[in-house]
Amino acid sequence: MSLNTVKHEMPCQDPKVRAKNFDEVALGYDKETAIAEASRCLGCKKEPCRQGCPVQVPIPQFIAKVKEGDFSGAISTIKEKNALPAVCGRVCPQEAQCEKYCVLGKKGDPVGIGRMERFVADWEREQGIKPVECAPPTGKKVAVVGSGPAGLTVAADCAQAGHKVTIFEALHVAGGVLMYGIPEFRLPKAIVQAEIENLKKMGVEIQVDAVIGAIDTVDELLENEGYDAVFIGTGAGLPYFLKIPGENLNGVYSANEFLTRTNLMKGYLFPEYDTPVKVGKKVAVLGGGNVAMDCARTALRLGAEEVYIVYRRSMEELPARVEEVHHAEEEGVIFKILTNPTKIIGNDENWVVGMECLKYELGEPDASGRRSPVAISGSEHIVDVDTVVVAIGQGPNPLVPRTTKGLETNKWGNIVASEETGLTSKPAVYAGGDVVTGAATVIKAMGAGRVAANSICELLKK
Amino acid sequence: MFKIVRKEVLSPTLKLFDIEAPKVAKKCQAGQFIILRIDEKGERIPLTIADFDREKGTITLIFAEVGKTTQQLGQLEAGDSILDFVGPLGRASEIEKYGRVVCIGAGVGIAPVFPITRALKEAGNEVIGIAGARSKDLLFWTDEFKAQCDEFHVCTDDGTAGVKGNVTEILKKIIEEKGQVDYVICIGPIPAMKYTSLLTKPYGIKTFVSLNSIMVDGTGMCGACRVTVGDEMKFSCVDGPEFDGHLVDFDEQMRRAQIFKDEEARALAKGSCGGGGCGCH
Ligand SMILES: Cc1cc2nc3c(=O)[nH]c(=O)nc-3n(C[C@H](O)[C@H](O)[C@H](O)COP(=O)(O)OP(=O)(O)OC[C@H]3O[C@@H](n4cnc5c(N)ncnc54)[C@H](O)[C@@H]3O)c2cc1C
Ligand code: FES
Repeated sequence: MSLNTVKHEMPCQDPKVRAKNFDEVALGYDKETAIAEASRCLGCKKEPCRQGCPVQVPIPQFIAKVKEGDFSGAISTIKEKNALPAVCGRVCPQEAQCEKYCVLGKKGDPVGIGRMERFVADWEREQGIKPVECAPPTGKKVAVVGSGPAGLTVAADCAQAGHKVTIFEALHVAGGVLMYGIPEFRLPKAIVQAEIENLKKMGVEIQVDAVIGAIDTVDELLENEGYDAVFIGTGAGLPYFLKIPGENLNGVYSANEFLTRTNLMKGYLFPEYDTPVKVGKKVAVLGGGNVAMDCARTALRLGAEEVYIVYRRSMEELPARVEEVHHAEEEGVIFKILTNPTKIIGNDENWVVGMECLKYELGEPDASGRRSPVAISGSEHIVDVDTVVVAIGQGPNPLVPRTTKGLETNKWGNIVASEETGLTSKPAVYAGGDVVTGAATVIKAMGAGRVAANSICELLKK
Repeated sequence: MFKIVRKEVLSPTLKLFDIEAPKVAKKCQAGQFIILRIDEKGERIPLTIADFDREKGTITLIFAEVGKTTQQLGQLEAGDSILDFVGPLGRASEIEKYGRVVCIGAGVGIAPVFPITRALKEAGNEVIGIAGARSKDLLFWTDEFKAQCDEFHVCTDDGTAGVKGNVTEILKKIIEEKGQVDYVICIGPIPAMKYTSLLTKPYGIKTFVSLNSIMVDGTGMCGACRVTVGDEMKFSCVDGPEFDGHLVDFDEQMRRAQIFKDEEARALAKGSCGGGGCGCH
């Protein structure tokens, strides 16, 4: 293969070593590699890559700057559209977005867009991020509920337009899933906090430990606290369970509990930190998405000897990012595909001692075009495990809708908001991110945040 | 930061704090709880609100020193501050005019049952209170509790105060003597709540208990606090903490309370090991 068909490799920690530590797996390009990778870009006039980006980052333009070694110019170009490039460069599913449309991808590897984005964002952070200039104060107040990527984007955009922004976050740190869910080894928490510090420098006030619906309702923010607009970005934080027998046994966690204990509460440093997280010798993670991969790889790092991903369909249908599946396999996670649990088995003391599963085969394609899995009768078997992590998805937390008059939700409990404006059924109340779409991606949440911020700024002009 | 404005030592292992948290104090209602974290390395623990003063902006907490975090908390003094304090969480008690109600506080459960008792009294109920503990020095607030009740009973396991016996025995007598009880709320150790619920079930008396399940976030995000109620999985922090005692699977709650027993022991050993052997150095 000629040089131009192969993406420059991402240097990574050795799989055997990294499976035992929480340090970041991917180490990032250096200057030379970034420039060399940028040189692969053909600079297509039609910019197909850009159409794949939910926030339309000017990709060929920023790559052109990287190629010239103008990293400062490159990062400014990205930031026109994306306020959190260090995060997105690490966690975006580029293979399904920008890189999917790269012309080079037809004959070889697409250009490593995400890797370059990460490089320039890291480069900028090392130089010290320049605070963004904000417009003169408008005297208008915006409340942002939830500090995940959607809320952070709204806060940044509204602050830049000169509005006084306050973020209300239920947990004790800001960042949403970026802090409590996605593990340190994939997204170092210091990077997220650097972005949040940056927001504070722009004058954004962050109130942690503030559960909206409990301490103040959305209506009270508007009526009593003098906010001119409210954005709801409370995410999809409600864990689903399978509703099979044994899910309340000791040793069964939701993915959220497992990851929150480990990441947010730093359970991997117990007892230096006070929050324990317990992992047995054999761990089954139920589900096949990014969250499941994160749980499986976390379990390995916490000392589990064997970790299984138990998934109903086949490897091709795994919804997780290809790179994450690949990393998990390298680290030794075992994939029990076409397998689905029917019950979790406990001992007298309520501890998990095994899991009964059925084998599946793929049948006819269903409405979504995916071949639907069909249980093979008589294939019951026991998988020997002592810990089970349920990672089959999350829904929206009902607290805000339940306490807000006239806020429309759909049958899954998601807040109904216009795709074009982010406006909900309530005047001056906007929503976006996972609470509207259901569990999606960081970049989509940011995209929705930008749309809502634009509408809020329009509203506040009046 | 949330400042401790007053500390009272109720017994060597039982402490009371008034904590400055005006926003929580403005909003909270009987039956709700808060989550706190002492410092950067601390865990998040739930404590039920024992009292509140809307004017002063304070929340009263009473806790028994049972683990690493509550022991550390007990060492703080008035003037010290706590890093995180979140609330009010959970659903408030259902305060109605039921008729004749019995409010039972067992052990440290006397604290959370106090504001519920007061609210039930204010709602016009005939209130009978029962305060129980292992022994005299673990009893507290009996005068305050009594003041909210039309009739009041005290019991201890060892007979050092009030009647010798447990809260369920007293409740049984009350039901038998009065013939009619319309509502029971019991807060305390799981066995006290379990046996109270078992006792009232055949009589068909509506009985509520308040669970203090293991929690992390307290907002419905992690499911650590799950409990089987009837045939359903519920989250204590958002669906509770109060549940119909006739439907709660107490045995499961009891076993779930043991999940981190080994880790609790390790955390307690930390710092007292004098430099090794515990895994903390
Ligand atoms: C483990 C895991 C791994 C993931 N990996 C990836 C990945 O690799 N790539 C990718 O693109 N996406 C990934 N995702 C999905 C992505 O993280 C989410 O789509 C994204 O974070 C959604 O952003 P959001 O702003 O809508 O909400 P969230 O990030 O969920 O933030 C919502 C915030 O609101 C707060 N909140 C909730 N209720 C209240 C309230 N009543 N009052 C105040 N605050 C409240 C919450 O505490 C939280 O901090 C992953 C998700 C998880 C769980
Ligand atoms: S404590 Fe996390 S859901 Fe209840």
